[in-house]
Amino acid sequence: MKIIKAIKTAFAATILLGTGSVLAAEGEVELKHQDWSFNGAFGTYDRAAMQRGFQVYKEVCAACHGLKYIAFRNLMEIGFSEAEAKAIAAEYTVPGAPDEFGDPTERAAGLSDYMPSPFANEQAAKASNNGAIPPDLSLVAKAREGGPDYLYSLLTGYEDPPEDFELGDGLNYNAVFPGHQIAMPQPLFDDFVTYANGPEASVDQMAKDVSHFLMWAAEPKLEARHQMGFKVMAFMLVLTILLYLINRKVWANVKKKH
Amino acid sequence: MATSTFEPKNRLVRWVDQQLPIFSLLHGSLGPGYPAPKNLNYFWNFGSLAGLCLVVQLVTGIVLAMHYQPSTAEAFGSTEHIMRDVNYGWLMRYVHANGGSMFFIVVFIHIFRGLYYGSYKAPREMLWMLGVVILLLMMATAFMGYVLPWGQMSFWGATVITNLFSAIPLVGEDIVTLLWGGFAVDNPTLNRFFSLHYLLPFVIVGVVILHVWALHIPGSNNPLGIDVKSPQDTVPFHPYYTAKDLFGIGVFILIFAFFVFYAPNMLGHPDNYIPANPLVTPPHIVPEWYFLPFYAILRAFVTDIGPITAKLQGVIAMFASILVLFILPWLDGSKVRAATFRPVYRFLFVILVVDCFVLGWVGANTPDRVLIDLGDSTFDMLHLGQIGTAWYFLHFLVLVPVISRREKTKPLPESIANPVIRPDAHAVPAE
Ligand code: HEC
Ligand code: HEM
Repeated sequence: MKIIKAIKTAFAATILLGTGSVLAAEGEVELKHQDWSFNGAFGTYDRAAMQRGFQVYKEVCAACHGLKYIAFRNLMEIGFSEAEAKAIAAEYTVPGAPDEFGDPTERAAGLSDYMPSPFANEQAAKASNNGAIPPDLSLVAKAREGGPDYLYSLLTGYEDPPEDFELGDGLNYNAVFPGHQIAMPQPLFDDFVTYANGPEASVDQMAKDVSHFLMWAAEPKLEARHQMGFKVMAFMLVLTILLYLINRKVWANVKKKH
Repeated sequence: MATSTFEPKNRLVRWVDQQLPIFSLLHGSLGPGYPAPKNLNYFWNFGSLAGLCLVVQLVTGIVLAMHYQPSTAEAFGSTEHIMRDVNYGWLMRYVHANGGSMFFIVVFIHIFRGLYYGSYKAPREMLWMLGVVILLLMMATAFMGYVLPWGQMSFWGATVITNLFSAIPLVGEDIVTLLWGGFAVDNPTLNRFFSLHYLLPFVIVGVVILHVWALHIPGSNNPLGIDVKSPQDTVPFHPYYTAKDLFGIGVFILIFAFFVFYAPNMLGHPDNYIPANPLVTPPHIVPEWYFLPFYAILRAFVTDIGPITAKLQGVIAMFASILVLFILPWLDGSKVRAATFRPVYRFLFVILVVDCFVLGWVGANTPDRVLIDLGDSTFDMLHLGQIGTAWYFLHFLVLVPVISRREKTKPLPESIANPVIRPDAHAVPAE
């Protein structure tokens, strides 16, 4: 029992005292800040950019990363028509209801289904990725310091390592990833996808588009929030001014001290 | 203390009031029947703001609880369900999450107001102590609330903080097992935290009622810190302070709304958008910002002294940093309340505020972060935290008791209505 206690204490003490030394030692990295259309109090998403970003996700990232909080119906929010969203869904198969003998079945996905994840479980994900688990991307734009700027910088941050850098086995050098060694191989190369009608699919453009799309995936209510925010702020500003005037009127008859 | 008795004109109101004097109660506590000093400044708005925060947390919290699932398998997903699928769920959650922070900002200002103007002194010791009880309950509530979305910081914050109790001699391990409902932070922990997170705010409501009741016995303190001497010193609460409080609420909502609508995640930690994973320790575990000064005090102790482990010292110091406020009314021996007339205390007050910010900064950083490189040794965050902690206790346990009994205070004004200092007035002598 004593030893368990000692381990526990040491464990807690390590957490308390030792954590963050990794982060602190690495120092801060400069992110490449982008001029996102959703920045600022009136920011909105760019539908075309998000649709291109979805294409990049679907054709590149989805091989390794899930997007489990996004249902196919949500694609209508980024400008796809219902027919288009249905057609995209139909490209995926999902587990269906058991058949009459109780055996599992598969069916084409519909609007109410969520994006299927590429790996059945963590073990499978690890086995195909050199022991690392590709995280689900639904919330990644909010789960990293720097958000979409970080994503863009990460995706465009693959470089040759400095001379003296010891790169681990199967790892790749990345300028912004903490520790600079990432298990994800460089995912984007020029013209990896073909944009139907849009800009050239350069690494830079695809990185921007997919980061834009992932920001929406993480914060789908951003536009509603900005719109309501404006109404609330405007209303409260007027009300507060009125309350200020009322307050001044009420106090006008009290003899001032000085 | 009522300046006017309540005589309702409406017959129905009169009938109700005769059998249940609820209108009289309102009249006498928030209405024209409650005389308040006429010189209250805007720092006196923070009490009503805290009340507003409590109501906002209750209302949004109850709505969130209708959609939230307190199980480790579903908590994170149900929070996302609230954010994505529930009508205005994102609004409820962002208001509730930022509301916690707003509540603490308001309450901290409210407390420092009291420290500055001597509101903790006689005849308001009970009022002050009830306030400290509310602070403790709020901290417990917010800590458990932060665990509910079951992100990485939720899980690891809960692990670190609950583990602290194991430092208590003899019963420590049992307390931890009880808190966890098992042998690790897991589903039973989440279940009981949800249950308590729902319960404690209602306990807070109860203590707030006592707090306001205790307030109405002596009435409000004021920026001069002198007693109300005549009706000329006061104005009826309504309409004077209802109007002023409403204006304050307007300004407050503007600031609150800025966070909710334009920076809803600024005060949170990105790691809490990663689902809890007991196998992956985040590189940098930090509590919510309002706990950072306490976290710095906790971590300032690193050397075991015989059987008193460093961890136990930290835990004791952390709790002591709040418990010391309970005895503050007796540690401070000065008869003069407001710091305005206590030059030395006023100076110490300013340093204390700076000290709390420094401790907060230390709490946000890793203890081994080097601040000054001295060649053969370094001055780290840890050392700054130790100095800050030492100063905190020095302030309350040594400096305040000593200077309050020695300090030569400035002469006090004659009255609130006539705040002049008479030429023949003399300083209140030290004890
Ligand atoms: C070949 C598989 C693979 C592909 C394709 C892939 N990733 Fe990854 N990704 C990974 C792995 C593995 C990790 C985990 C890296 C680690 O922890 O070292 C990862 C990690 C990430 C992270 C998290 C980095 C962090 O800060 O923790 C992001 C963001 C990410 N990928 C985005 C993308 C995007 C966007 C795409 C598509 C353009 C993509 N990935 C394509 C395998 C992949
Ligand atoms: C004293 C008042 C309260 C404080 C200070 C407080 C604080 C908090 C905090 C800090 C969180 C974490 C927010 C996040 O990161 O998402 C939280 C979550 C939560 N609280 Fe409260 N709370 C209070 C009252 C209540 C009440 C009265 C209820 C319900 C009856 C409630 C229900 C919830 C629920 C369901 C969650 C989880 C959902 C979420 O994370 O948004 N809270 N609370």
